[in-house]
Amino acid sequence: MTRVLIELDGVSHAFGDGAARREVLRDVTWRGDERRIGVIGANGSGKSTLARLLNALVVPSAGAVRLDGLDTRRKAKEVRRRVGFCFTDPDSQIVMPTVAEDVAFGLRRRLPKDEIAARVDHYLGRFGLAGHRDHPAHLLSGGQKQLLALASVLVTEPDLLVMDEPTTLLDLRNAGEVARIVEGLEQQVVLVTHQLDLVRGFDRVLVVDGGQIVADESPDAAVAAYRALMARR
Amino acid sequence: MSAIGLFQPGPSLLHRAPAGAKLAGLVALSVLTVAVPVWQGVALVLVGVLLAYALAFGLSPLAARLAWSQTRPLLVILAAIVVFQAIVTGPERAAELGLTLVTLVLGAGLVTLTTRTQDLVDVLQRLLQPFGRLGLDPDRVALSLALGIRSVPMVVNLAQQVREAQRARGLEASPRAFAVPLLVRALRRADAMAEALVARGALDDSRRPGSDAAGHSTSP
Repeated sequence: MTRVLIELDGVSHAFGDGAARREVLRDVTWRGDERRIGVIGANGSGKSTLARLLNALVVPSAGAVRLDGLDTRRKAKEVRRRVGFCFTDPDSQIVMPTVAEDVAFGLRRRLPKDEIAARVDHYLGRFGLAGHRDHPAHLLSGGQKQLLALASVLVTEPDLLVMDEPTTLLDLRNAGEVARIVEGLEQQVVLVTHQLDLVRGFDRVLVVDGGQIVADESPDAAVAAYRALMARR
Repeated sequence: MSAIGLFQPGPSLLHRAPAGAKLAGLVALSVLTVAVPVWQGVALVLVGVLLAYALAFGLSPLAARLAWSQTRPLLVILAAIVVFQAIVTGPERAAELGLTLVTLVLGAGLVTLTTRTQDLVDVLQRLLQPFGRLGLDPDRVALSLALGIRSVPMVVNLAQQVREAQRARGLEASPRAFAVPLLVRALRRADAMAEALVARGALDDSRRPGSDAAGHSTSP
């Protein structure tokens, strides 16, 4: 599967104006195209904003973000076709009333109806949701909802999947299930997480602190750097 | 089981009928129910609708439960209307009005119970296409309908969470302590959902809540 070259060039981002202005990213320059990229850091460090930049959900206040040369400021639509995004809370991500309808949602007007149906069936089966096809999505368990959210993103077959703390709201078993699925994905993945064992085996792990990438290492070295950073607080 | 008419799968003739035909049937039912001048006539139409529930879900407790779940949320308002009408216009007119309301709610519920939301959305999109020339965006209206249906259980769930938090803090008697957090949570959830719609390619940034004109998000 195609790998996406991610480029952040002098990226800064701030929320709010005047006295309420809060700078969450400061002059970040980084590039990478590894298959598995982890992002770790404390709450409020800027890692979720960093993730949102990659899907053009957030456009930087200064600098540029490019995915395979596509500038997220000017080519947001094209970027989103190539970059899927999975949120922490699946309840916010599920937009259709029933399971199958939500999986099909991202394919509307992209494929003929019969192809949509076939692809939806395939992904429902792959994520163990085939038996819940016509069930109301809000009645699923937390773990099933996160699997549905993942299926709904992956059914569009993006080249890059960005995940913002997808296991934070899950119990140990469901978090393990999501981790197992992520491990087996063909797609390139950028995973933001607080669960440090999830990034074990990743190609590259970034530690974000105070709106900057303060470490860019192998998993073990990055986790050690993060632990040392937290110990100093 | 949901109190609102979410799709209930089944093999019946009604399930297999096209969504457009069911919506047309609902319009015909509405006209018929309003046009019938006596309560006995409306009662007959109501029996017909209940038979349609039996046709869709069989002569089973499920059919009765589904019919009941459609009408239950209406009972308080219905009782108030019927009592008011009985005093002002007499018992026959009150019965006619009460039966009309129940029939229409059950009819509308039957359509949503036997039709996938996406099929309803597709019909709505087709019906609204001619209005595209007047500036109406059929896709957006259809998406709003789907989101509206999806949001009902979500808001109910938020209300339950707020109620529990209220009880835990001993603030059960305060309507303000219920309404304000519910509104705040619902708005936050709406913002998160808008972000998800953008991420899934269903909205463009310029119209997304929480974005300024340049598409810059204004909230973390």
